[in-house]
Amino acid sequence: MAMNESPASPSSIDVTQVVAKSRNYWSTVLDRLSRDPVTLAFGAILLLILLSAIFADVLAPADPFKTSMIKRLKPIGTDGFPLGADELGRDMLSRLLYGGRLSLVMGISPVAFALVIGGFLGLVAGFLGGKINMAIMRTIDVFYAFPSVLLAIAISGALGAGIVNAIISLTIVFIPPIARVTESVTTQIRGLDYVEAARASGARSLTIIRAHVLANVAGPVFIYATSLISVSIILASGLSFLGLGTEPPNPEWGLMLNTLRQSIYVSPWVATLPGVLIFITSLSFNMLSDGLRTAMDIKL
Amino acid sequence: MKPALLKVEGLKKYFPIKGGIFNKTVAHVQAVDEIAFEVPRGETLGIVGESGCGKSTTARLLMRLISPDQGAVVFDGMEVGRSDGISVRDMRKRMQMVFQDSYSSLNPRMPIEGSIAFGPIVHGLQPSVARQRARELLAKVGLDPNLFIRRYPHELSGGQRQRINIARALALEPDVLILDEAVSALDKSVEAQVLNLLTELKQELNLTFIFISHDLNVVRYMSDRVLVMYLGKIVEIGTVDEIYDSPRHPYTAALLSAMPSMDPDKRTTVSPLTGDPPNPINPPSGCRFRTRCPFAERVCSEMEPELQPLSEQVSQKVACHMTNPSSGHTKVNSKES
Repeated sequence: MAMNESPASPSSIDVTQVVAKSRNYWSTVLDRLSRDPVTLAFGAILLLILLSAIFADVLAPADPFKTSMIKRLKPIGTDGFPLGADELGRDMLSRLLYGGRLSLVMGISPVAFALVIGGFLGLVAGFLGGKINMAIMRTIDVFYAFPSVLLAIAISGALGAGIVNAIISLTIVFIPPIARVTESVTTQIRGLDYVEAARASGARSLTIIRAHVLANVAGPVFIYATSLISVSIILASGLSFLGLGTEPPNPEWGLMLNTLRQSIYVSPWVATLPGVLIFITSLSFNMLSDGLRTAMDIKL
Repeated sequence: MKPALLKVEGLKKYFPIKGGIFNKTVAHVQAVDEIAFEVPRGETLGIVGESGCGKSTTARLLMRLISPDQGAVVFDGMEVGRSDGISVRDMRKRMQMVFQDSYSSLNPRMPIEGSIAFGPIVHGLQPSVARQRARELLAKVGLDPNLFIRRYPHELSGGQRQRINIARALALEPDVLILDEAVSALDKSVEAQVLNLLTELKQELNLTFIFISHDLNVVRYMSDRVLVMYLGKIVEIGTVDEIYDSPRHPYTAALLSAMPSMDPDKRTTVSPLTGDPPNPINPPSGCRFRTRCPFAERVCSEMEPELQPLSEQVSQKVACHMTNPSSGHTKVNSKES
């Protein structure tokens, strides 16, 4: 029963096996996701926000930089200004669409950079243990002495305003938590018998990390990083709000929230729009990471 | 006796206990203390003892998953880890281990095929050839390759997973298989199946087993010779019949009397060992068993008994003053104990 197909053509079996293997796990993940309407809905919202930011120049009805003194603070629904106008008479819809670009870049890129650096540090510390672990983790602990907002402000302030500096400071803020999560997951996995068994089969550390540790660490760390994106968007907005991130007149949700703050009594609905978008985006990232965590759990 | 395939000389491992602010070593757990034994090719050596007596540490020392403080392991005439001997990597190719926990010893994100083929690929076998070998091994351990090759560990039962673990250990075509409580976590019927499988594989592949267990019945069923450990030391070693029919060390005798029997007439009447083994951080002076031994005398606390052959004719070795006429113990050798 078993052996009739195997000895005949090893190469053709290879292909089918590889295909079936990769389909097996990911198809169950997709299957679980498809039965989770909440995660799907938030995923769709996120996709919408992402696409509208990417295609802002196509979608935007007006120039986001064009000011008009007579059209200042028009309410939502004004002719020609579907979402109103800001304090300098610029079209809110266009500015929100363009602002998504910067906000998303500043939300996602620090986490991505921190994932690479912090993940590497955590993996090394966790897998090697001992004195190296001690050196890396205690250094990282120093960053925990500051609240993350303060740390971001301090680094940004020291480096000076600007998008690149804001991204650098946020990356530094996110390295410690990611490194710590990676380290604890790695330490846990390092002690398991399958890593011992791999070592007993004569594999070198790098091979063991690549074949056995990485795949098992990546899941939880990746999901944790996804949840950090929402924090990053909020922190980036906060930096812009304080004038440390994006500089006017560039549209960015946090900065827009800041400048419209003074108009909140005149035009409350327009003033809250950037905040609403920050809220929806970060909520969506959080819900998505929650859903992914459930869907990617191997033991279910 | 046939020439030894595996020879262990004075193997010792003390685990340091760190404490205090500066992480200084404050004490040592004397996990394995200068043990020596030999395993001839094709034999099964059973290792028994209570929890914490150093059985698993011995297994890990043999595999070099932890490095010994002292002593040598000689594999097929070559000392492991020495430049003129055999490298650890080469030794691991010829000696493999099956772990107790069948679940945690398989990578949950790797299909069965990958887990079995991993070792051969590491040792330079073509991936396609290694995968083919994985299929053959699955069939050999009694699992249909077409059904199981792409499955993940969580989709299998404990018995099936342990078969996979055995297949993985065999993938490197080793000479020696260390079975560290390999069947202890399985229920009785599955345990019997796996034991029979192991016996068949041993015959077929001419394997040498080191069979570690706390289950005396299973050890008796599987082993040619038995090694009894207590608190990091060998107290008695001999053939199955010698150990089970005429145990000479009081600890072996106590262990055997604690063995449950299916025969109501042989039900245990005297109470077996009481209390816990002493702390291996600070073991008793002299004979380590003396605190729980009904025959302990002064000499037992003053002198450590050595593992000595009982007589010229038998292979049985015992570490007890009562078997040594010159020790000064008053109950010396009342031949039928």
